[in-house]
Amino acid sequence: MRAESPGPQHEWLDAAAGPVVRPYTLTGGRVRPAVEGFDLVAFVLAAPAADPTGQPGLQPEHRRLVERARRPVAVADLAAELDLAVGVVRVLLGDLLARGLVAVHEPRATAYLPDESILKAVVSGLRAL
Amino acid sequence: MDSVRSDPPGSAPRIPLALKILIAGGFGAGKTTLVSALSEVRPLQTEEILTGAGIGTDDVSGVEQKATTTVAMDFGRITINEDLQVYLFGTPGQDRFWFLWDELAFGALGAVVLADTRRLADCFPSIDYFEQRNIPFVVGVNCFEGSRRFSLESVRDALDLDPDVPMVLCDARDRQSGKLLLISLVEHVARQRGEPVPVP
Ligand SMILES: Nc1nc2c(ncn2[C@@H]2O[C@H](COP(=O)(O)OP(=O)(O)O)[C@@H](O)[C@H]2O)c(=O)[nH]1
Ligand SMILES: [Mg+2]
Repeated sequence: MRAESPGPQHEWLDAAAGPVVRPYTLTGGRVRPAVEGFDLVAFVLAAPAADPTGQPGLQPEHRRLVERARRPVAVADLAAELDLAVGVVRVLLGDLLARGLVAVHEPRATAYLPDESILKAVVSGLRAL
Repeated sequence: MDSVRSDPPGSAPRIPLALKILIAGGFGAGKTTLVSALSEVRPLQTEEILTGAGIGTDDVSGVEQKATTTVAMDFGRITINEDLQVYLFGTPGQDRFWFLWDELAFGALGAVVLADTRRLADCFPSIDYFEQRNIPFVVGVNCFEGSRRFSLESVRDALDLDPDVPMVLCDARDRQSGKLLLISLVEHVARQRGEPVPVP
């Protein structure tokens, strides 16, 4: 194998790493959601009639997530649109999931390959761009 | 995307199918440039990683400053139609962010490896990674000014690539060129399954 294994931790900071930050203030220091999952391309959908307003312990960001998820939206898109780090979005989504305010649709497993008609649609869609 | 979907009243909205494509290559090979050229959304800026002190802990209260840093991650999206979206993820430049790679690669359709002919060895780790995991990939040979013109065959030899791995000369700044890279990847995926995608 040509690649090298991870080096000492202090070498993790370099040109492509951002500044050391405190992004988890919003989550009260929690860095992991209560449940596993939330793939970058998992789709989040608010529960019908989900109403996060009366819920104690939720931040404004929780409410923004629910509002944005009134229609299906991918985890990566949520992070980009709300300008939150993906790790933070996952923790907040875990809170919402635990309260039944959202449902999460994980992508199909690794073994899954899209069928021929989907690949064709992608190729012609790309050509048409 | 804000197009109005007309789901029948009372039915749950349809969940789109998301296809994940990774954009890999060494530092400066053009990953960020390619994702921005292709994406319909602005690139996502950061993703946290935990340093050694934080891994394995579930709570960083009080130690968050030591425990976290950010790594730039490129993210882009191409809407094929309302039920089908292609997500592009640039792999972090450092080979040592393996755990991020593994998450990105989970369920991926395939990858584009950008090769800079001035620094070919920089893409070896990416090629190794995808070969070892049987993730289909194509190699985009990025044409930087001032780089010697290599024949694709000499680049293929230098990279020790299988003959069936497509290689495409590209300019990551150019959307059309980027599109051709993705098309060659999807066609490669289709060929690997023995189902050629006919040219319309
Ligand atoms: N001539 C030329 N320059 C490029 C090309 N792709 C990227 N660049 C330039 O190379 C530099 C590094 O590209 P970047 O996308 O940041 O590389 P990354 O580290 O892989 O994300 C930028 O200044 C780009 O404008 C290309 O195809 N041709
Ligand atoms: Mg970059």
